[in-house]
Amino acid sequence: MSNTESTTRENTLEYSIGLGDDSLMLGQRLAEWCRNAPLLEEDLAISNVALDFIGRANMFYEYAVELAKVTGGVFKNQSVDDIAYLRDSREYLNLLIFEMPIGDFAYTMTRQLIVDLFNVDYFTALSASSDSRLAAIAAKTLKESKYHLRRSHEWALRLGDGTEESHTRMQNAVNELWGYTPELFEMSETELALLPAGISVDRAALFDTWEARVSGILNEATLDHPPGDWQVTGGRAGVHTEYHGHLLSEMQFLQRAYPGLAW
Amino acid sequence: MTQFKLNAEELEQAFQNRIDDEQKIEPKDWMPEAYRKNLIRQMSQHAHSEVIGMQPEGNWISRAPTLRRKMILLAKVQDEGGHGLYLYSATETLGITREELVEALQNGTAKYASIFNYPSLTWADIGTIGWLVDGAAIVNQISLQRTSYGPYARAMVRICKEESFHQRQGFESLVVLANGSAEQKAMAQDALNRWWWPSLMMFGPHDAESAHSAQSMKWKIKRKSNDELRQAFVDQTIPQIEFLGLKVPDDDLKWNEERGHYDFGAIDWDEFLRVVSGKGMCNKQRVEHHKKVHDDGAWVREAMRAYKVKTLDRNRMKEAS
Repeated sequence: MSNTESTTRENTLEYSIGLGDDSLMLGQRLAEWCRNAPLLEEDLAISNVALDFIGRANMFYEYAVELAKVTGGVFKNQSVDDIAYLRDSREYLNLLIFEMPIGDFAYTMTRQLIVDLFNVDYFTALSASSDSRLAAIAAKTLKESKYHLRRSHEWALRLGDGTEESHTRMQNAVNELWGYTPELFEMSETELALLPAGISVDRAALFDTWEARVSGILNEATLDHPPGDWQVTGGRAGVHTEYHGHLLSEMQFLQRAYPGLAW
Repeated sequence: MTQFKLNAEELEQAFQNRIDDEQKIEPKDWMPEAYRKNLIRQMSQHAHSEVIGMQPEGNWISRAPTLRRKMILLAKVQDEGGHGLYLYSATETLGITREELVEALQNGTAKYASIFNYPSLTWADIGTIGWLVDGAAIVNQISLQRTSYGPYARAMVRICKEESFHQRQGFESLVVLANGSAEQKAMAQDALNRWWWPSLMMFGPHDAESAHSAQSMKWKIKRKSNDELRQAFVDQTIPQIEFLGLKVPDDDLKWNEERGHYDFGAIDWDEFLRVVSGKGMCNKQRVEHHKKVHDDGAWVREAMRAYKVKTLDRNRMKEAS
C-alpha cells in the first residue's frame, strides 16, 4: 500500500466519521420531539426523519469501522457503537448547527429547512463520489433528504405565513440559526485533501445555489433575510457549543455507567 | 316511498340478531346509543393508552445504549403513536371528534391503561414493557380482532401485527440482559419484579367485579372475559420467564395439572384501584405532560389553520380574477 493510498484511507475514515457525527447529533436532537410534538401526526413524522439521520450515522460509522481495520490508529478494532458512544466532546467532528438544542417547533423546522436544502445538494454531489461506498450511502440518503425538504419547505410556509406569533417565532429562529450556516460551506483540511481525487464534496461550491434557494423560500414565507453579522465555526475541529457535552452525557449514559457490555 | 318503521325494541332485537349472527356493525348502521357509548369509551381508552404509553418508553430514547436499540425504540414509540392515530380515527366514525376525545383524556373523564402510571426507571424496563405490556395487550387484542364493530376489528388486525413485532423485540432485548453481566441480569429481574403484577392487572378486575363486562360480552364488543385473557397471558409468559432464567415474583405460582393452567397468587386490587383512581407514581405527570405538549403546540396548530385559510382565499381570488 502506497503512502498516498494510506493517507487517503485515513482521510476518508475521518471524513466518514464527520458525516456520521453530523447525522447522529441531529438524529439525537430530532428524537427529542417524539412524544413532545405539537400534534400526533408530527410525533410520527419527526420520528421518521430522526430515524433517517440515525440510520445514516450508522452507515457512515460502519464504513469507518471497515476503514479502521486497514488504517489502524485510534479507531482500530472499534465498533460502530464505540465510535458513536465512547468519545469525548473534543473528538466529535460534527458541525455546530447539528448539535444545537431543539428550541421551539419553529427553530426545529428552520434548522431542517437550512439543513435539508443543503443536504439535497450535498448528497447529490457525494453520490457521484469516486469512493463507491460513500456514493452508495449518499444515493440512499439523497432520497430521504428530498422528502425531508418537502416537509421543511411546507412548514416554513405554514409557520412563516401563518399567524403573527408563528411568523415572529420563525423570524427569530432564522436570525438565531443564521450564524451557524457559514460552517456548512467551510472545507476542512481533510475534505480539501480528498477533493482532488473526487472523494469529498466541495462545500464552498454549493453556497450560491443554497443561498439563492433559501432566500427564495424565506421570501415566499414572508420572512426577512437575516443580517448575518455574527457567525461561528469550530465543529470539524472538535470545538463545540456548551450544549454538546450535555447531549453526550445523556446519550452515553448506559455505555459509561456499564462499560464494555453488550446490549 | 315506502318506509319500514321499526320501534325501538324491534331495532334493538334486529341489532342483537346481527351480532348473534356474527355480522360486523359498520359506522352507518343503526346501533343502540349505549353500544355506541360503550365503544367510544373502550376505543378511546385504547387510543389514549397508545399515546400515553409513548411517555414511559420515550423516556429512554435519548439514552438507548446502542444505535440499533435507539432506532428500534424510536420506531416502536412511533408505532404506538400511529396506533393512537388509527384508533382515534376509528373512534371518530362513531360521531365524536378527536378534540373531544383529547379533552376527555385531559380532564380525566377518559381513562388510559393504568400500567403507564408506573415509571420506566432502567433500560431493562424498556425491554420489559415491550415484552410484557405489549404481550398482554396482544392477548387482549387478538380476541378483539373479532369484536363486533367493523372499524375496531380491522384496526386490531393491523395493530396486532406491529405489537407482536414489538413483543419479540422486547423479549430479545431482555435475552441479551439475562445473558449479560450480573448487573444486567439484576436489572432484568428488577424490571420483571416491578412490571409483572401491573401487567396482570392490565386485564382489568375479575369477571364478577367488572363494570362493563356482561353487556360488552353480549354485544360482542368483548369476546373473552378478563380472567380468561389473564390466564392465557400467564400461561404463555411463564415459559418465557423460565427461558430467561428469571424468577416470577409470585410464590404461589405453580402448574395445575388438573386445570391445565398455571395457578397464580392473589392480585393486589387495592393497589390497582389506587393507581386507577389517580394515585400512582406518574398519573399526574402523564396527564400534565400531555396537556403541556398540547398547550405548547397550540400556536403551531393555529398557524396551520391560518395558513390554510389564507391559501384557500388566495386560490379563490385567483379563480375569480
